[in-house]
Amino acid sequence: MTDFDLTPLKAVMGDYAPQGRTALLPALYAAQEIYGYLPEPVAAEVARSLNVPLVEVFGVIDFYTMFYREPVGKTVIHVCNDPACTMAGSEPILKRLTQHLESLSPENPNYQTVTIERAPCLGLCEHAPTALVRGKPVGLSDVRSWEEMLNGETRQLEAKVGGTIRLLTANCGQGYTLTLRQYEARGGYTAYRKALTGSPTTVIDVVKAAGLVGRGGAAFPTSVKWEGTSRAPGTEKYVVCNADEAEPGTFKDRVLMEDDPHTILEGLMIAAFAVGASKGYIYVRGEYLRPYQMMKAAVQEAREAGFLGENIFGSGFKFDIELRRGAGAYICGEETAQFESIEGKRGFPRVKPPFPTTNGLFGKPTSINNVETLANVPLILRMGAEEYRKIGTEKSPGPKLFCLSGDVAHPGLYEVPFGTTFRELLFDLAGGVRSGHSLQSALFGGAAGAFALESHLDVRLTFEDLRAAGLPLGSGVITVFDETRDMRDICLRLAQFFADESCGKCYPCQMGTQRQVEIIQRVLDGQILPADWDRLQDIGWTMTDASLCGLGQTAASAVLSAMKHWPHLFQTPEALAQ
Amino acid sequence: MSDTINLIIDGKQVFVPPGTTILAAAREAGIEIPTICFHEATTSNALCRICVVEVEGSRVLVPSCVANVSEGMKVQTQSERVMRSRRTILEMLESTVDLSDAPEIQSMITEYKAEPDRYPQAKSRISTPIDDNPMYLRDYAKCILCWRCVQVCAEDAQYTYAINFSGRGYDTQISTFYEIPMPESTCVFCGQCVGVCPTGALKPKRQWLMELGRTPDEIMDLTRSERRNRRRRVEVPSNEQA
Repeated sequence: MTDFDLTPLKAVMGDYAPQGRTALLPALYAAQEIYGYLPEPVAAEVARSLNVPLVEVFGVIDFYTMFYREPVGKTVIHVCNDPACTMAGSEPILKRLTQHLESLSPENPNYQTVTIERAPCLGLCEHAPTALVRGKPVGLSDVRSWEEMLNGETRQLEAKVGGTIRLLTANCGQGYTLTLRQYEARGGYTAYRKALTGSPTTVIDVVKAAGLVGRGGAAFPTSVKWEGTSRAPGTEKYVVCNADEAEPGTFKDRVLMEDDPHTILEGLMIAAFAVGASKGYIYVRGEYLRPYQMMKAAVQEAREAGFLGENIFGSGFKFDIELRRGAGAYICGEETAQFESIEGKRGFPRVKPPFPTTNGLFGKPTSINNVETLANVPLILRMGAEEYRKIGTEKSPGPKLFCLSGDVAHPGLYEVPFGTTFRELLFDLAGGVRSGHSLQSALFGGAAGAFALESHLDVRLTFEDLRAAGLPLGSGVITVFDETRDMRDICLRLAQFFADESCGKCYPCQMGTQRQVEIIQRVLDGQILPADWDRLQDIGWTMTDASLCGLGQTAASAVLSAMKHWPHLFQTPEALAQ
Repeated sequence: MSDTINLIIDGKQVFVPPGTTILAAAREAGIEIPTICFHEATTSNALCRICVVEVEGSRVLVPSCVANVSEGMKVQTQSERVMRSRRTILEMLESTVDLSDAPEIQSMITEYKAEPDRYPQAKSRISTPIDDNPMYLRDYAKCILCWRCVQVCAEDAQYTYAINFSGRGYDTQISTFYEIPMPESTCVFCGQCVGVCPTGALKPKRQWLMELGRTPDEIMDLTRSERRNRRRRVEVPSNEQA
């Protein structure tokens, strides 16, 4: 068991040991970097260094899909298995790649050094079909040879950005990452400087007057969160930037982080000042290696420029940011599961109340905001609430990012004011449904969303109009399906996604996501049993009503919406005949 | 803040002190709400969701074991939504776990008219009983993942940290560090996990042997020699090192 040389591990563990348990995920990443995986003696040494019980280290390793208990190939390829990528043909490509790897001779350098995994949505939907090769995003349709791909010689994928306004995306889609100097030259960090000359209350008041609500999916008023955290008793408070973007079909935060990281940092700095936090975390999903690196570099630049640290701009305000990488768990996008993960635990969501504003990260008052929400903050402070409110509608002010993918002529990230119709977005901006095809449906809000039909084309994309139409805005995902797509197959993929990503804590979701997959598999195979309709309804409503967190509460949302639109797909021929 | 909260549960006026859970308030009023994962001695995690109730104004159902009462709250413990969730959870549980040693859950199944075999062709939790120590047997095919054993092994009682979770989602299972045999783990054989297990997934070894029809004498012999072997096995490596 101890044929592992633990010397290199012991050499790096010193960097993590003083932090204790909260450094568990970073320490496991460091250990895996050395050994390629996490065998028992390595896990035991990490446990010893950080003073965490052995079995809890094991529990954490086994929770996150990007930590490996068993050896894996030197090259790990994650092939995206979400609707947009599979519709673009990722399955046959995966098959050809597997055949190629199996045919390699022992002399080939790639012989038996590659592990292929099916991955949940990689957030690269506008480049579908996609994969990650040793963490690097690859557009599978551009790959000229497997060797080129395995050697990492594929071109870097550039964001595709469009829309009628360019406020949040002003610095995006230009093919490079804005440096701190470039950002400042374009007026960056002026909002932060100005905020620090006033009071936290003034900042909160402006954000409140602007009517900013969270862009991660829940649409909770940002100012209420900030006010709650600011007023909560205690001096130790935190801000967290939720960059665990993993909702299938969503890639907006990836584009913002890769192209314009300083806007997000500025937003987080202002948030910290508003709530009185001296420490912030940015939690980037594990699959987003490049965005993580961009954010990390930007934090370093900001620290060197004196925008982070003690007594910033001589104001007495003190703040610093730590970056964290997730490790393959969609559930960690849920705010309390994210806190658990930052604390070095399995990503189990907590029971609410108490809410994060009073009992958040490390049990302290915490304000957690999505990347796009934070990107709105410098904009609001620069424009002023009144000007900002001129964008969008009265009840949904501001700009909004939409991620269009699937059967659309020009997939990409689109920035529009709230109130733009679905038709304008799809047809005028994104070129409509892919050539020669017509619209069957579009999934709004990702896997946790609901299907829209052609009759929804003139719905204005605002919180109020979508609510009235029974559609979620979610995080701004619109995945388009043309008339050739089998919606049962789409439902099965979404159901499988939730079964793979359920944390297993509460019964409705733990068992419901599994039963849902089994029944939809029967539906797809044409083996529907007479009472399957009722079973799906019972499971769906039980998950929606009784699950502990938002993942379980929305795990049946798309399926229930499909059952409403296309009931015939879910019924036996006998039931249909009646 | 007043020292009494006034709320209505199933149409009945109830007065309880602030900080009381809905579950406790209902019990006070003689209204029984079913529970599975709840245990007086462990931290409530509200994970089985069988104790959910409908609270007026709440979008989703509320777990009564952790939700506190508030002034003027209107609670329904038997609404249609509540009953559907309870019945579905029980039916899914029945299709997942071997409940033969869980009489309390069995009577709930009867009470809530949960249909046995409601979910045909369902993948159930299959696991071979783990017989790796002289004190207790672990049969995870009977495990409902109530977390009590993990909790008493950790901060809720013993601070031993012998067990935690492997996998996640439907494939979650209680496990030692890298599935090592229990005697090699930090387990101190305090027996608290066995005491709080509601489904017989953890069972005293003697009880198991008796159920298999072994006589008390046979059992005595078996467990004694097992304990002796175990002691010897532990001593060997330390002698070698010396």
